[in-house]
Amino acid sequence: MNFQHTDDRRMLADSLNRFVAEQYVFETRDRVAKSPEGYSPDLWRQFADLGVIGALFREDDGGFAGGGFDITVVFEALGRGLVVEPFLGTVLAGSAIAHAGSPAQKAMLAEIIGGTRIAAFAHDEPEAHHELTHVQTRARRAGGQWVLDGVKAVVQHGEQADVFVVSARTAGAVDDDAGVSLFLVPAETPGLSLRGYPNVDGGRAAELTLVGVTLAPDALLGAEGAGSATIEHSVGKGVLALCAEAVGAMDVAKDATLEYLRTRKQFGVPIGSFQALQHRMADLLVEIEQARSAVINAAAALDADRVTRERALSAAKVTIGRIGTLAAEECIQLHGGIGMTWELPLAHYAKRLVMIDHQLGDEDHHLARFISLGWK
Amino acid sequence: MDLKFTREEEAFAADVRAFLADRLPARLAEKVRTGRHLTKADMEEWHAILNERGWLANHWPKQYGGPGWNAVQKFIFENECALAHAPRIVPFGVNMLGPVLIKYGSEAQKQRWLPRILDGSDWWCQGYSEPGAGSDLASVKTTAVRGSDAQGDHYIVNGQKTWTTLGQHANMIFCLVRTDRDAKKQEGISFLLVDMRSPGVDVRPIITLDGEHEVNEVFFTDVRVPAENLVGEENKGWTCAKYLLTYERTNIAGVGFSAAALERLKKTAAKVRKNGRPLSEDPYFAARLARVEIDLENMKTTNLRVVAAVAGGGVPGAESSMLKIRGTEIRQEISSLMRRAMGPYAQPFVAEALEEGFENAPVGPAEAASAAVQYFNNRKLSIFGGSNEIQRNIISKMILGL
Repeated sequence: MNFQHTDDRRMLADSLNRFVAEQYVFETRDRVAKSPEGYSPDLWRQFADLGVIGALFREDDGGFAGGGFDITVVFEALGRGLVVEPFLGTVLAGSAIAHAGSPAQKAMLAEIIGGTRIAAFAHDEPEAHHELTHVQTRARRAGGQWVLDGVKAVVQHGEQADVFVVSARTAGAVDDDAGVSLFLVPAETPGLSLRGYPNVDGGRAAELTLVGVTLAPDALLGAEGAGSATIEHSVGKGVLALCAEAVGAMDVAKDATLEYLRTRKQFGVPIGSFQALQHRMADLLVEIEQARSAVINAAAALDADRVTRERALSAAKVTIGRIGTLAAEECIQLHGGIGMTWELPLAHYAKRLVMIDHQLGDEDHHLARFISLGWK
Repeated sequence: MDLKFTREEEAFAADVRAFLADRLPARLAEKVRTGRHLTKADMEEWHAILNERGWLANHWPKQYGGPGWNAVQKFIFENECALAHAPRIVPFGVNMLGPVLIKYGSEAQKQRWLPRILDGSDWWCQGYSEPGAGSDLASVKTTAVRGSDAQGDHYIVNGQKTWTTLGQHANMIFCLVRTDRDAKKQEGISFLLVDMRSPGVDVRPIITLDGEHEVNEVFFTDVRVPAENLVGEENKGWTCAKYLLTYERTNIAGVGFSAAALERLKKTAAKVRKNGRPLSEDPYFAARLARVEIDLENMKTTNLRVVAAVAGGGVPGAESSMLKIRGTEIRQEISSLMRRAMGPYAQPFVAEALEEGFENAPVGPAEAASAAVQYFNNRKLSIFGGSNEIQRNIISKMILGL
């Protein structure tokens, strides 16, 4: 039993934390988050040069780490800085390519890891509501080609993506586990259109519409109809990443709130001297430590058998969904009026924490999933 | 980062399991598992078995008869014992007084009292709380006045202690007494060992809401205590008290108890029928069950993080307050779900069913006999050992710096 990170991971965390603290200061973040691009091409390249993207992938796939705790170390640091760069899409789409791709398709990973090609994960649909197997988008064969029709919802950094990993049904009913296939779709493919928009917590996403999108046979990623396993694999890594990001964001929100309780005076004394507020803060601290443990459990289970792994991931997302939202709400409340303002960084941490519960399955979804995965 | 125990730790856990399989009497484990009451003889029997193996005083260093375990080993031992439904070690002598004597006692006190804790010659109870000193422990009013006569130096003790757990079995009590009424609150307190067979000691039962006789009031009227029974310096007893309250609380979350109770709850929920289907398939019940299971999985890791920090040379300070709050909430939630799982059968109260020798058929499911009483009894978890609100005060002060 050992709760220390390896030297390599500590060094990665140190250099990434330093870079974020120096380069991704709040004013920069606010500018990037509101920008028309929804990310900073310049900073993204710098992250790539630092090796941060490579840390998310295994050596076989062109990275240099890629373990559960590598993902959590990186995303915790990103969460601390509220980084809006396309890391999540990179993990999701990149993991899918690494998991199911042919050698020719995997060649693309070098550019993704190098930061010169942005990949997005286009799987969610307007009516799926977090359900991974709910795929209405269809892919049919026509004259040796694949033809895709459908709509993909809230694709993170969709406008900036060079390539999409798109899920489409090649067989079966809308909710079947089998019959889902994955395709690599270049952004410039005719028939693909985007409606981009800003997110409430910063950055941008897009609705992706596919009308008669025609692809060569080699666009199929993995075996036909066997995409669900790859989707679960990728989403599992994405869930872990989001949970770690939330822990990083919670730590910052908690520290900022503590500082406020120590310095803000009312009735002639710091408001932190009031027991009503002290106890709320103490409870929040306990919950955040529980959230940190949930992320450790999930990271440790990433290479375990399916039920152990997926239960730990869903348990973490349930925990983060509840505690992340609690942290956001408590930190705003304990700040009082100032917590409602755009100028206060805390408000943006709160928004991000709440929105994490809306990505890759919310608390209710993962609670039901944890139950359906059965008694351990 | 590695959540698994090392090979040595695994081997140690296997040793403990083998010992429990071999030496824990099935009769006692069954009583604990089903929530029936343990007699004094039951508890003494288990203490003797542990002592024979050298594992009773598992917090003590080797030179005083402890096994010399580190924090991880102690955690594993306590966890395995809970999972095997072993009776809880009665903590007052072994886990509370022992460490205080080892740290603050005189050589003569150590030689006299420590072996008697191990071999069961003395049954200790704790004289801390008073009617006017609960969470505000330092306001104890029981007095000890020093005097000297032909029979030697002594204290005369007057006052009242309360919530004295298992005091009805005890022959000795360690007390916080006021030896200087003029000193500031914490400074006039002394730590005194009192023979409960002395004239003037009167023990009266307090029956708790579950109908059980677990706690007592202890009255002292002109009780004469030899001066040699003072531990540490006069008026410095608060130091001993604080040490005792913070000593080795890495198991305070009780994750072993929770894990054992959760396992029993899951089996019960799979067996109990609601409208022809297992209760475990009821979405609302299943959701609460899943939530507490997730909380417990998180708490196991939180607990191990604290244990690892202690094993690495850290001191379990205010972190134990975090373990206490969440750990007791989890235990309470599990016993709450067990009560709910019984449906209407939580209500029948067949007190005899919890005692030895009850042969009649249970009313309702077998688990029903103890479900409600355990739930009510477990309300104490968030009150004793420093209420959870006091723990929040400690966190605010010691960790948050508020």
